[in-house]
Amino acid sequence: MDPKLLVTVILFGPLIGAVVAGLFGRRIGDNVSRGVTTGFLFLSAILSWVVFSQWTWGGLEPFTVTYAPFIHVGSFVSNWSFRLDGLSAVMLVVVTSVSSLVHLYSWGYMADDPSKPRFFAYLSLFTFSMLALISAADFMQLFFGWEGVGLASYLLIGFWFHKPTANAAAIKAFVVNRVGDFGFALGIVTVFWAYGSIEFAKVFPQIAASVPRGWDFAGGHFALVDLACALLFVGAMGKSAQFFLHTWLPDAMEGPTPVSALIHAATMVTAGVYMVCLLSPMFEYAPVAKAIVTGIGAITALFAATVGMTQNDIKRVIAYSTCSQLGYMFMAAGVGAYQAGMFHLFTHAFFKALLFLGAGSVIHAMVHEQDMRRFGALGKFLPITTAAMLIGTIAITGVGLPIDILGQEWGFAGFYSKDSIINATYIAGASGNGMAMFAFVVGILVAGLTSFYSWRLAFFTFNGHARWTSEDLEHHWHNRDHAHGDDHGHADPAHAEPHAEPDHGGHDHKPHESPWTMRLPLILLSIGAIAAGFFFHHQFIGAEQHEFWRGAIFTAPNNHVLDVHGLPAWVLWAPLAVTLIGLFAAWWVYILKEGLGAKIAARNGPLYVFFYNKWFFDELYEATFVRVSKLLGDLFWKGGDQRIIDGFGPDGVSAVSVQVGKGAGRIQSGYVYHYAFVMLLGVAGLLTYALLAWNA
Amino acid sequence: MPILSLITFAPLVGVAAILGLRLTGGPDNARSVERSKWIALITTLVTLALSVLLVVRFNPNDWGFQFVEETPWFAGIAYRMGVDGISVLFVLLTAFLMPICIAASWKSIETRVHEYMIAFLLLETLVVGVFCALDLVLFYTFFEFGLVPMFLIIGIWGGARRVYAAFKFFLYTLLGSVLMLAAILYMIGTAHTSSIPELMAYHFSPAVQTWLWLAFFASFAVKMPMWPVHTWLPDAHVEAPTAGSVILAGILLKMGGYGFLRFSLPMFPNASEMFTPLVFAMSAIAVIYTSLVAFRQTDIKKLIAYSSVAHMGLVTMGIFSGNVQGEQGAIYQMLSHGVISGALFLCVGVIYDRMHTRDITAYGGLVNRMPWYAAVFMLFSMGNVGLPGTSGFVGEILSVVGVYKASTWTAILATSGVILSAVYMLSLYRRVVMGELTNPKLAAITDLELREVLIFTPLIVATLYLGIQPNSVFSLTSSSVDHLVSVYQAATAGAL
Repeated sequence: MDPKLLVTVILFGPLIGAVVAGLFGRRIGDNVSRGVTTGFLFLSAILSWVVFSQWTWGGLEPFTVTYAPFIHVGSFVSNWSFRLDGLSAVMLVVVTSVSSLVHLYSWGYMADDPSKPRFFAYLSLFTFSMLALISAADFMQLFFGWEGVGLASYLLIGFWFHKPTANAAAIKAFVVNRVGDFGFALGIVTVFWAYGSIEFAKVFPQIAASVPRGWDFAGGHFALVDLACALLFVGAMGKSAQFFLHTWLPDAMEGPTPVSALIHAATMVTAGVYMVCLLSPMFEYAPVAKAIVTGIGAITALFAATVGMTQNDIKRVIAYSTCSQLGYMFMAAGVGAYQAGMFHLFTHAFFKALLFLGAGSVIHAMVHEQDMRRFGALGKFLPITTAAMLIGTIAITGVGLPIDILGQEWGFAGFYSKDSIINATYIAGASGNGMAMFAFVVGILVAGLTSFYSWRLAFFTFNGHARWTSEDLEHHWHNRDHAHGDDHGHADPAHAEPHAEPDHGGHDHKPHESPWTMRLPLILLSIGAIAAGFFFHHQFIGAEQHEFWRGAIFTAPNNHVLDVHGLPAWVLWAPLAVTLIGLFAAWWVYILKEGLGAKIAARNGPLYVFFYNKWFFDELYEATFVRVSKLLGDLFWKGGDQRIIDGFGPDGVSAVSVQVGKGAGRIQSGYVYHYAFVMLLGVAGLLTYALLAWNA
Repeated sequence: MPILSLITFAPLVGVAAILGLRLTGGPDNARSVERSKWIALITTLVTLALSVLLVVRFNPNDWGFQFVEETPWFAGIAYRMGVDGISVLFVLLTAFLMPICIAASWKSIETRVHEYMIAFLLLETLVVGVFCALDLVLFYTFFEFGLVPMFLIIGIWGGARRVYAAFKFFLYTLLGSVLMLAAILYMIGTAHTSSIPELMAYHFSPAVQTWLWLAFFASFAVKMPMWPVHTWLPDAHVEAPTAGSVILAGILLKMGGYGFLRFSLPMFPNASEMFTPLVFAMSAIAVIYTSLVAFRQTDIKKLIAYSSVAHMGLVTMGIFSGNVQGEQGAIYQMLSHGVISGALFLCVGVIYDRMHTRDITAYGGLVNRMPWYAAVFMLFSMGNVGLPGTSGFVGEILSVVGVYKASTWTAILATSGVILSAVYMLSLYRRVVMGELTNPKLAAITDLELREVLIFTPLIVATLYLGIQPNSVFSLTSSSVDHLVSVYQAATAGAL
């Protein structure tokens, strides 16, 4: 089939599903709504793999389909289009694969929710927006998709609208993302005035020649390319929850777990990484912006990992893990290893979606309990979930052997991508990039922390003694309808999820495995988590990378960060070593000395308190931005508008006129007549004057 | 066929008919009341059809005035009508919103229905006249008398504090009008013409321009309204009946922006350039100041009114950016705001009709009972925060693009409005629509009825269509806007 037709079907299929389920959901019923949306998504996913394989092995050339004009004002030209190249081909399979599996998974997970059509419509709307984002050929469509996924994220985080915490989290996500978009929009406008276009194909060729150019912005004088990239990166920080703009992501876990897997792990939050890679022709010429990207990525990776070690809500641990892994991806992009960043994005989509959906399966089995302190010993009750989660854990910790066996290295998905990032930071650092060296040290350290918090989660949940009883489950089961509206507050991260399984019958309150609609996605994603790295590392970062990317990623001639020849052995082995240390530490704390973790937590050491409270960012922002804007709002309203403007203006005049006439209230619409009279006088005077002027 | 006069005065036919009904049937005859509504609706629909015909027959490649009618009156003053790519859009917007306003008043207006319908039809004639007039005297007449029906609508069918609101409106507008009148007298005296096209070609000396600009500015800034002469707007909105708010926000505010485009830029280009920093400062303050004030409101209509002031801030800065993107952004923002803010006021009207309160705290959890309403309100809230895909985005981004060229600082402040608009709009939505239904009075509230669905449908279609296909509008406006900008740039470049 014509690839242009293929991508069009891929793009618009989810939109059709969303519209059908959204507008007619209640008329056509739950099953048709679910069927239509899921059906279109599977169609998109299958076609995406067709396009991807044609791209990878069939020699498909990059192309752009233009559907219609969007905005054409002067040289500000944007079109609705579909840009297919190496980057969008990769994103196509990531987005549609995870989305279709999440759609399927939601059949089981949302089985008892009364608003199924709405849920599936939002999921499909999200997918459409994400596809519009990745396929943009200019900054305006990119921004359209960018904010479109933000809307879908807002709607899905607040899906359970009766939960105050969910509503607050939804608004927080939207607003923090808007802070990012503030920078993004200014970046786009800077690009427009600097290069006279917002189309990638017209901007990119001008970058190299524009390196010496300066640019005046907000009273300062900056290097043009650096300024533009830095502003655009602010958008990426918001969307990808990087340090300073990360606070919305953990709260976004208020949304249903399939949403967390799709939007807040595998796809939307990676849009920032995708954007930086897409703009590699710009970032490659922006050393300062790249240093910022590297630094922010490294700090985020470290920050999120330290917080993730201390959280007790299973979804929040995985959320911080996502945040941390996104930091890795930015570290890669920042040092110029865009391919490694995209590769980690690709593998991460599989194992992180797997971890989230696995967590959802656990939560489902525990009747919407999310606090890991009330888990334990679940391995024997949930064999498939446990196996899937273990695969996900091994994949995220990046287990693999960095030596040639039978002609290549062997490992789980995360091994190839994460190690290549760490190697690239080392290579860049060794060639004199101080920020890259910092990122390398952080990268090694965080690999150990990742292993610790990931295994902590696994051991806490599946091993040890059961910290729940059948009565607990029964209690949850009977209270599940009341749990929705409860505000558990900030201190207690154990939020209830209002759903229940349809097959929950009888009085056997043992945790049990989820229905097949939930198990099948786990199995398929497990395959990805095991093999995605092994299968594709040649294409993404290996010998075939030039053939695979075909110009979609630009690297400067002096950029050799992916060339691992001659890398010291200790650099190659260090990630594995710290991963094993982290595993051992987790095993020590949570299995060998079971209960030690709780004791450490109970001691409330300053470092623990600092980590547990997420470095106090929420408190800081509450005390500054939120309070200040409320104060200013009141000041402007009551002081500015009411006291000063009205006080000296109309109210003052009114007071005087009341004093004089005492009759202001007498005539209801008297002012109208006064006014009309004055106007009439005016017009009469005007006519008179005009007459006189001409007759004179 | 003098199509412009036809569009302008068609509503007067309806006025005459309703007047006849009122005189023969008396004020309280139920059949007569019902008929007056239908007459008003049909009249506005006919006007809309004529306006669509106007747009269809409009030649988008011609930057000048089209469908020009000229009947000499006396002393050089003429009945001159004509539209260019800018004004034709406002004629269409007016004709589009009017039937919606009539339909929205169908049930909520119960007293003096004949007079109410007459006031609206009269208003339509005067507002369309403003956008079509090509003679200063004619323009001034329409411009000032257009406010009389608005006063009546607020003063007679308004809320409890309608007298205060009307008085405030009166004071502000009076000041601006007097100054503008003086300027108009001077202009006619100096240029010996009251023809707008001729005055656009006339060159006033820069010193004179300064004074004339300030006098016109006084009037237009109040109409916009710009900070700090905006405080009449929240009160007027709060007291006005729903349809009055729709017209006020949707059309009357646009008369200020239209005035800047028609008079300030082409007739006083050097003064416009000189005062650009002032306009930018006032606009930037408006965006941030009124957004923050909006965030603290407890009255839904006040919140949306303050939001209007913030959005108009983007319009004024776009107009005075003096480049194509800025002008198109400003015009588009006015068009889009006409649709979206009108729709938001209608959204308030829906729940006000049912609950008779505008207090945010009286609501909450409406989605439980009114899912369709929640969806419609969500769409327009997103339009108001400028989400791409809605019309609100196009105007905002282009205004920012235009302003950035002139002043990066102003662009930064304007762009911060995208954060603040999300804050106040989403928190409003959350408090009204989301959550549990806790107020027992809401327990029996009903979702949108058919009439309301019919009212919202054209607004929904417009918001999305204008958001996805803005080029259909730009193709209409581009010739006139390009011409406006090139003349402006030539005039200001020559002075330097």
